[in-house]
Amino acid sequence: MIQSIVDGILTGAIISLGAIGLTMVMHMLRFANFAYAELLAIGAYAALVFDALFAGLLPVLDTAFKPLTLTAALALATIIAMVITGASAVVIDWLVFKRIRAKADALSMVFASFGVALIVRNVLTLIFGHKAQLYSNDIAFAVVLSRDPLLLIKPDQVFVLVAALALMGLFHLVLTRTTFGYALRAVAENPALAQVSGVRLSAMITAVWMIGGGLSAAAGVFYALTNHLSPVLGHNFLLPVFAATIVGGIGSVHGAVLGGFIVGIASGLALMVLPSGYAPAMPFVIILAVLLVRPHGLFGEDHS
Amino acid sequence: MIGMISYLAFFATMAGILAIVVLGLNLQWGYTGLFNGGVVAFFGAGAYGTMLLGGRPELGQFGGYEWPFVFALAGGVVLAALIAWIVGMLTLRLRHDYLAIATFGVAVAFESVTRNAEWLTGGAKGLRGFPRPLEAAIGNNFAYGLFFLGMVLVVLGAVYWGLQRLVHSPYGRALRAIREDETAARSLGKNPARLRLQSFVIGSAIMGVAGGLYVAFYAFVSPQDLAPILTFQVWAMLIVGGAGNNRGAVLGAFLIWGAWTASGFALSKFAPQAMQLYTGSIQYILIGTVIVGMLLWRPQGLLPERIVTRFTKTAAKAGPTSKGAI
Amino acid sequence: MSAVLTVSALEAGYVRDLPILRQVNVSVEHASLTVIIGPNGAGKSTLIKAIAGLVPVSAGRVVLDGADITGIRPDQMGALGLAYVPQTDNIFRHLSIRENLALVLRRVEDRAARLDELYALFPPLAGKHKDRAGSLSGGQRQMLAVAMALATRPRVVLMDEPSAGLSPKIAAEVLDLARSLTGQGVTVLLVEQNVKQALRVADHCYILAEGRNQLDGPAAAILSDPLVGEIYLGGKRVGAA
Repeated sequence: MIQSIVDGILTGAIISLGAIGLTMVMHMLRFANFAYAELLAIGAYAALVFDALFAGLLPVLDTAFKPLTLTAALALATIIAMVITGASAVVIDWLVFKRIRAKADALSMVFASFGVALIVRNVLTLIFGHKAQLYSNDIAFAVVLSRDPLLLIKPDQVFVLVAALALMGLFHLVLTRTTFGYALRAVAENPALAQVSGVRLSAMITAVWMIGGGLSAAAGVFYALTNHLSPVLGHNFLLPVFAATIVGGIGSVHGAVLGGFIVGIASGLALMVLPSGYAPAMPFVIILAVLLVRPHGLFGEDHS
Repeated sequence: MIGMISYLAFFATMAGILAIVVLGLNLQWGYTGLFNGGVVAFFGAGAYGTMLLGGRPELGQFGGYEWPFVFALAGGVVLAALIAWIVGMLTLRLRHDYLAIATFGVAVAFESVTRNAEWLTGGAKGLRGFPRPLEAAIGNNFAYGLFFLGMVLVVLGAVYWGLQRLVHSPYGRALRAIREDETAARSLGKNPARLRLQSFVIGSAIMGVAGGLYVAFYAFVSPQDLAPILTFQVWAMLIVGGAGNNRGAVLGAFLIWGAWTASGFALSKFAPQAMQLYTGSIQYILIGTVIVGMLLWRPQGLLPERIVTRFTKTAAKAGPTSKGAI
Repeated sequence: MSAVLTVSALEAGYVRDLPILRQVNVSVEHASLTVIIGPNGAGKSTLIKAIAGLVPVSAGRVVLDGADITGIRPDQMGALGLAYVPQTDNIFRHLSIRENLALVLRRVEDRAARLDELYALFPPLAGKHKDRAGSLSGGQRQMLAVAMALATRPRVVLMDEPSAGLSPKIAAEVLDLARSLTGQGVTVLLVEQNVKQALRVADHCYILAEGRNQLDGPAAAILSDPLVGEIYLGGKRVGAA
């Protein structure tokens, strides 16, 4: 029980990071972006490449911060991966979504996002192979926190939780303490009025893609660090991050964070009674439950 | 020669079954503007439903009632329609993309069930031994292949005819009216939520029909048959053929299935040994590129919807969008 | 007297080849209040939005202080000395009052000082500056919307039906507020349905119908014109061709 909740919180933190950008993009550009979760995979693989590069160039960086398996090389690589992933999100928007936005309706965007997701996932497969990979071949020993009830946790998991919370806290400060944050919130609430108030919409869209891509990359790295890395990473997170945005209410950053934890914990608990093969379906059950009880989510508004 | 004809019949049977799915999707997406992100689940519901009702009994396995094919198929179709009804009830009154997310979720959940609920679906190894309709009476494999093709084409024709009648009736015009301008349609006394739900359920039922035919054709179904790529293939067929045009939908199905089969053949023959594991990925990239490319450069497809309706579409669209700008 | 804002032969609309405005001409004097009236669907709001860059302009020119500002991006307005107050949804409900104002002032150097000036100008806002703007009353929301428009010290303020949805008393207060801006050298162009009230505070009036100029003149003259009185103040529609 406790173990399931703890594991759920860890997964939840990763889902929350992924859901923050998605909820903003969905709200601002008014479409469900099925390519979004691929940003997690792009980020995780970008970190893999730069991790190897830094470790190769400067072997001194390749020592782990004990008891973590995280190395300085990977930490640096993660930061670069965040930037690269943000830039990829901007480029994809520029190549595909922006053009479709200009002439077609929101459903065409949804459609295109499926196509983009398929392309990204399979290009990653072609480059990196089907096989699961790890950042570090060191064995990450779990620490026994308690024997009864049994509670195991890996140091990497604690680091991931702290880092995820720190990133979310930082973004919260940006939103509530800076005029850039006001502008983001203003665009989310009323894009037309934001423009009239001097906010350049195209700049904000770019900013949201950069932020969303950056946070997603971190989420992807965090997942890969505590589990493993494979080309289906993005696909596996797609339904959970959507569930988090729907639970929280589309457009609500705080809702997405809370939604991520709810989805993570609920899935963890459900797997106590269900075989693990049903794990991928859990977010769907949560989505249905939310649609049944509170269709606009915890913090969402009825825009219809 | 026999081998060639036999292969062509096999190819055409598969393409015909997929064309039925595309027609179902066209009713949802082309005529009503509903996005179905889980085509494979409704196809699969028809397939598994038909299999459970019409298959042979097996020890420790649910189903296997050996119903006559037509009744088993009807049961599969009802299952597909039922799932569509539940999802539609929950999502169709919300923002349009909730349906996309929920149907995508249906597909993921459906795959989980087919892979894990062994008592029900046979798990990863699937269900086998479906008694193919009239197989014993016809006997000869070659003749049966042609017979089955004939059956698929008859069903395809019937679905096509039925949909043409439907979309050119006042009902079909009401569907398109909703797609173009919901507020206006409502002011004319239409109930958009109900019409959308009906269209979604009918379209999904049609996909269920195709699933039932698929099971009868292969006498076998497993999660491998219902890979998520099927949804993408069906979308590609519709967007290439032309959403909102039933002839285009059928044309797209044959074209894309042909291209898929040919590319698979070419890759397996000419791709270097080391790449063989990745030919699937190359094909997926091609499908993704077809979808994105069509949306970017020829969203109306090869056979577009009539020009008249397209004009009102742009006009109606420009209105609310720009009004949204304060 | 010189015109600060001139609109000449303007054609604009949401759909290409389907202009809502045809050959519209408007000229607004410095530090005056000009009101645009007309029946529903006359294109009044479209005119204001076209000036603000929110509706595509297909022909004609908009000139502000001699500079051509036709088809500007809406976010450039502030830099050009123009401000626009939308009719509804004209504040960010989820932002606090201070955040609403700070957002508009985010490119301004002396933000804190300007905030204090605005609070001094609108004392009711000062007391509630930490509250969510969504919690304000209708009249206070319009006050905040006007404060946001004035924050960047515009020379011309465009207002779209500022009195809509307000009680007669509050509506009169809001129109008086608009009038008072002219005393500070600000030029105001507003659209109103509330014709009598608007003409009471206006210097000049334009009447639009069917997307075209119908009539214009000093507000007092329009108010006393029997024909205009019959058509606009009695509620009959004009130009129903």
